Amino acid sequence: METYSLPPKPKNSLYKKLKMIIITLLVIALYVWTFVSIDIDWGRAIERAANNFQRVIPKLFSPDWTATGEVALSMLETVFIAFAGSLMAAILAVPLAFLAAHNMMGGKIFSTIGKWILSAVRAFPDLILAILFVVAVGPNAFAGVLAIAIGSTGMLGKMFSEIIESIDMEVVQAMEANGANKIQILFYAVMPQIIPEFLSFAIYRFEVDIRASSILGIVGAGGIGTMIIFASNNRNWNEMGTILLAIIIVVTIIDFASSRIRNKIV
Amino acid sequence: MTNENNSLAEKKTPPIYPVKTKVQVSIIFFVILGIYLFSMFWTQKEMVGGFSGAFENMFTVMEKFFPPNFGVIGAIWGPLVETIQMAIIATTIAAILTVPLAVLAARNVTTFKPLYYTTRTVLNILRTIPDLVLAVIFVGLFGIGLFPGILALVVFSLGILAKLISETIEAVDMNPLEAMRASGGNVYQVIWYALVPQVLPQFTSLVLYVFEINIRASVVLGFVGAGGIGLILNQQLGFYNYPNAMMIIVLIFAVVIIIEYISTKLREALI
Repeated sequence: METYSLPPKPKNSLYKKLKMIIITLLVIALYVWTFVSIDIDWGRAIERAANNFQRVIPKLFSPDWTATGEVALSMLETVFIAFAGSLMAAILAVPLAFLAAHNMMGGKIFSTIGKWILSAVRAFPDLILAILFVVAVGPNAFAGVLAIAIGSTGMLGKMFSEIIESIDMEVVQAMEANGANKIQILFYAVMPQIIPEFLSFAIYRFEVDIRASSILGIVGAGGIGTMIIFASNNRNWNEMGTILLAIIIVVTIIDFASSRIRNKIV
Repeated sequence: MTNENNSLAEKKTPPIYPVKTKVQVSIIFFVILGIYLFSMFWTQKEMVGGFSGAFENMFTVMEKFFPPNFGVIGAIWGPLVETIQMAIIATTIAAILTVPLAVLAARNVTTFKPLYYTTRTVLNILRTIPDLVLAVIFVGLFGIGLFPGILALVVFSLGILAKLISETIEAVDMNPLEAMRASGGNVYQVIWYALVPQVLPQFTSLVLYVFEINIRASVVLGFVGAGGIGLILNQQLGFYNYPNAMMIIVLIFAVVIIIEYISTKLREALI
């Protein structure tokens, strides 16, 4: 009878083994450092939770219906902030994306600069941008619009530039060979390839921005976040329940609508 | 010469887009423009001084913020490190908890439909709640501190991570699994030798991605009292101490950029 044996295992080189060991040690060190130096007051947290549980959780699930009108109005403002912000971002992102795409602006310098600008913009959390704009234009919804616009530009620009980089360049070359000028190439070779995906990403970003704009009010930039912070300061958990319900419903509806539209476009 | 040729060509070739599409697109365009203008009007109605005033303001404010006060680095180093640690712990816990959830939310593994739909719905609802709202609720429940912040990050990233990983599991090539089962591998062998190697690189990459998101989320959690550097930033803004606030913002910016850079490099190496 024949005996079967497993094929020989691939041999790892010493370098690879060493690399693995070093990485593992680094990760372990990171975790040891993290868990040793963090200090959480478990006793207090548990004691608080035991006291507060009855005061918070049941109330969250029995929303305060008298606040519905006010909550609906704030939620509407949130949607407006997100809409205006994402549209601005979608427009601002286009030139930056063309700058960052390596197949559009001849020369690697431009694309590197563009990519740096985009990742720098992306590094600011929305709320931090909102702080800056609240100080600049005052505590109102327009600060939120500006924060969303700038915050989304980074991510949209990156996505857009990746789309531009993935287009079929042969069409562009064919048009160039036929003597088309830059404008014609842009309109007939580049735009038809990128517009559906651009729209799809802009709509997706609107989805993300609805979530983002619902918390901007915490620093005074309008929308439903203002009500969240009031409800939390007043320990008004019934109202918080209403707000939570409003956010869940609106976000779900917009996610659903947006994914339907995006499926249709692309 | 070329002009004439072009106009001749235009007459012969039919329009690229049919009239119906053109009308549709124009209507959509005007609706979007209308909503945009209305939103701009709505959001600016409370603004004092209008748009031009705001621009002038912005420059005076920038003067207030600059230069950042470098003297406070020593004082804010501790909270900053704490913020990163919060993100590390939260991401780790979420990565562990996400495994069963992701399996339950994957259509090709969970063949029992009601269970699959329940998990999906719960995850979808979880993902609609913004991280800071979770933090507000947990702070109300557990009091001010790091713990509610970590909990908020865990719950928030669980929603994203479980969805992304369940999609990875759904995209797995089922043939190796079947081959193993056919040649007599037991459940653990099938999972360990056929499923894990296919999912692991994606899993690690997605965990790193969520870690990036958590870093960005954790720096602002302090605004609602959930620990980290946001607390200090909020205080400094409350005192109108803009140079200090700017220093904190610059530091957050640097940390986010560095961590994002490392994470991107790692993810590129993985896939």
